[in-house]
Amino acid sequence: MTVDRRTVRESATFPPSVIAEIQRAADQGIYDIRGFGGKRRLPNFDDLVFLGASTSRYPLEGYRERCDTSVTLGARHAKKPIELKIPITIAGMSFGALGAHAKEAIGRAATEMGTSTTTGDGGMTEEERNSSKTLVYQVLPSRYGMNPDDLRRCDAIEVVVGQGAKPGGGGMLLGQKITERVAEMRTLPVGIDQRSACRHPDWTGPDDLAIKIRELREITDWEKPIYVKVGATRTRYDVALAAKAGADVIVVDGMQGGTAATQDVFIEHVGIPTLPAVRLAVESLKELDLHREVQLIVSGGIRTGADVAKALALGADAVAIGSAAMLALGCNKPVHEEDYRAIGAEPGYCHHCHTGRCPVGITTQDPDLERRLPPEVGARHLRNYLTVMVLELQTLARACGKSHIHNLEPEDMVALTIEAAAMAGVPLAGTDWIPGRTAF
Amino acid sequence: MTVQDSITVDLAEVSVRDLNQRLHHLTDGGDADWQILNPRGQHAIAVGLMDPVQITIDGPVGYYCGGMNQNAQIVVNGHSGWGVAENIMSGVVRVRGNASESAAATGRAGLVVIEGDASSRCGVSMKGVDIVVGGSVGHMSGFLAQTGRMAVCGDAGADLGSSIYEAVIYVRGDVESLGADCIEKEMTDAHISELAELLTRAEVAADPSEFRRYGSARNLYHFKVDHADAY
Amino acid sequence: MCGIVGLYLKNPNLYEKLGEHLQTMLVGMTERGPDSAGFAVYGDQLSAGLVKLTLYDPAQATNWDGLAHRLQDDLNATAEVTARASHAVLIADTTHDAVANWLRTYAPAIRVMSHGDRIEIYKDMGLPVDVANRFGLAAMVGSHGIGHTRMATESAVTTEHSHPFIAGADLCLVHNGSLSNYNRLRAWLSRRGRIFATDNDSEVAAQYFAFRLGQGLPLSEALRAGLRDLDGFYTFAVGTRDGFAVLRDGIACKPAVLAENDDWVAMASEFRSLSALPGIDRARVWEPAPAVVYSWEAERMDRAA
Repeated sequence: MTVDRRTVRESATFPPSVIAEIQRAADQGIYDIRGFGGKRRLPNFDDLVFLGASTSRYPLEGYRERCDTSVTLGARHAKKPIELKIPITIAGMSFGALGAHAKEAIGRAATEMGTSTTTGDGGMTEEERNSSKTLVYQVLPSRYGMNPDDLRRCDAIEVVVGQGAKPGGGGMLLGQKITERVAEMRTLPVGIDQRSACRHPDWTGPDDLAIKIRELREITDWEKPIYVKVGATRTRYDVALAAKAGADVIVVDGMQGGTAATQDVFIEHVGIPTLPAVRLAVESLKELDLHREVQLIVSGGIRTGADVAKALALGADAVAIGSAAMLALGCNKPVHEEDYRAIGAEPGYCHHCHTGRCPVGITTQDPDLERRLPPEVGARHLRNYLTVMVLELQTLARACGKSHIHNLEPEDMVALTIEAAAMAGVPLAGTDWIPGRTAF
Repeated sequence: MTVQDSITVDLAEVSVRDLNQRLHHLTDGGDADWQILNPRGQHAIAVGLMDPVQITIDGPVGYYCGGMNQNAQIVVNGHSGWGVAENIMSGVVRVRGNASESAAATGRAGLVVIEGDASSRCGVSMKGVDIVVGGSVGHMSGFLAQTGRMAVCGDAGADLGSSIYEAVIYVRGDVESLGADCIEKEMTDAHISELAELLTRAEVAADPSEFRRYGSARNLYHFKVDHADAY
Repeated sequence: MCGIVGLYLKNPNLYEKLGEHLQTMLVGMTERGPDSAGFAVYGDQLSAGLVKLTLYDPAQATNWDGLAHRLQDDLNATAEVTARASHAVLIADTTHDAVANWLRTYAPAIRVMSHGDRIEIYKDMGLPVDVANRFGLAAMVGSHGIGHTRMATESAVTTEHSHPFIAGADLCLVHNGSLSNYNRLRAWLSRRGRIFATDNDSEVAAQYFAFRLGQGLPLSEALRAGLRDLDGFYTFAVGTRDGFAVLRDGIACKPAVLAENDDWVAMASEFRSLSALPGIDRARVWEPAPAVVYSWEAERMDRAA
């Protein structure tokens, strides 16, 4: 007997995906652990548009009149600030989560573009240091691979308090990715499920963070800029306290930010989106009169030059990309489709970084899979992508009459939705209304 | 170039920053004994050292004294604040008084000796360092300890060795309680002689046969529903 | 997020030096709390029938003598007042409630920082050394005191948000850490009649202990109840009429050091604040265990899990 499809009704409360997850939990007795970032729909930069120049403002010519994209990071206290040619940096992704080819490809592309890359939970590799001109070294709660030689040979230090995918949570790397090399770098037994701490082992809170930052400066002779990275959550306080604790640069990672492996419930239900986080962070710095003196890097779901332009217009000094860089390397590309299916995924939907069986050779330690990503090919793709983003950014900045991308302002934008207007603090298009601030 | 026998630095007159810079860029004094006076609990004294210098600090130090030490021999004649010898790579850091929390946190190698008591989370996330405590350690000591050895001549506070990996903990006195996945293990002759060597190296007098040994049950190495209470 | 200090003198010969030692201890915690500082000092007990209040005028526009005269007339009570910078100490032969009610009408802008028959509380924005000098801490005499240097976290940097927070007559609290359930607890206490002056988490802790003491619990029991009801991270020092108490949460990741000899008991976030105390070299020095109540009152130590 055939069923008339019009007579079956899907439950809005219990759609098939929810039923599947309940039954998976019942079968396995462990929460869903996965990679990638939040997948739910969130208010984002798409809901903002720029007010291009016309008669009251004059635009710049696209290919003749200069639109500068340079950024200086860390001049507040560091003797050797970082100079970047473009305001797009590569976010921290660990060797372990990523394979060596991916790390090398990222380093090469960033170096060619004049921007920085970042280590991750697990320490610095030779490939990464050698391929990256400007390398930011993360100090994480686990301190896997932490050592003073790498502190001295990095170009900046990033104290990671949290990340957007899991503010308040520690890292995870499942046994299939703890290969001999990864285990050795992290001083762990091979093949175990690694559970990283959520708090640093030797400080908690901003008063003690201030002392930690001082120690890192002392070890490195006050040369290196010190970043503090926080997941976007209690952003106003976090940014103020990072600045008070002495950070040169603050990195705010919105909830769209990715991860190699974390509980799905964490990814989807903790933190705030990047859009409101930028505004909160900028307001916090302005309250301390430190906006632009302490630089702000924003990350979490940055995809296009338009996203970059909007983040900068709201007051960020630079952005960082992680997931987008991986996508440029080929993450979720429709090749080797049978290998996606073997791990229960499809190209375009894959978030199976945690399995270590990445079909395109990015988030894997398997030599056969890694060969699918020759570093020079990956570097070429990422460089192309970054170049496009910068051209897009300059296109928008010139259209608004800016000879430097940092001269973009919130007033250059309006919002298409009430949500975005409220979160970004810019008026709803066609009105003077900023919900929560001005009367309609 | 003449070799000096002793170099004295008074932190009442010289900043910690100047002291550390001198110690990082030794043009001479590498063979000398450094005497540091009036530390007055300041933070980050003698951090990031690379050379095998002998340093005696006369008085209490603040956080992270001897942090990330390589090769230097540092003695603190006083109490130390949090994270003494954090992430030590080699050399020796000795505290003649008590140490606050997280002593030798994440230490990679070398030797840390606390002649008095160490507070909570001694040896947290240790990654190969040897730690000898003449007195007792506070709660959560050896938390997430990965490798290395910790010998405690006195008592251990609650939740010793919680979520321990392959590190080994020796305790002579009472253990208030063991943390998740930490169990007592057999003390063999090999362990007694290994501990004897460690105590001798630390210049701490204690009979190794009086210690008990603790380590990982390795039940939490893989996520299992039956261990949900321990996550 | 801050530095805290406490000093309890067992030896009355040292009472003259209380302020001097407390100032040294407080200034030792400058790096931990550059935003503001405050302290409570417990001096001689007043004669029966008198009450002492420390008052604060945010506008610093009050004629304190005029205020005392008006209070004398209105309440038919004697009142004398001593001004110290933005604060003033008022001693009157009436009750705290009578003065507080009268202030609400006559001078609603004035805040009561402390009340009792021994305590005085002073707090202000700025570096600890400046705050201490502003109020003349070094010359203050008494048996014990607690102090605080603040790096503000979730609430504003103002004098009123500074510590110590008053919890009742001769009772106050300083806090290093961050409570995670204070909004719910504030609502719960408000429904039970407690009135809050700020949105600060530490004030909630102070009011919580005042509430438990008001239920008749002894101090050590009230503190133990706090272990159950206050969530988050804390090292507290609580000043009482006859001594002080120290309590850390069960995880204990905010610092605290205790020291004791025959003459005194002292606590601080870091040892550096204890290092100048007379006889520290021979004092017993240790760190308070998590979730254990330590209290010293009238030379009686009560330590119980």
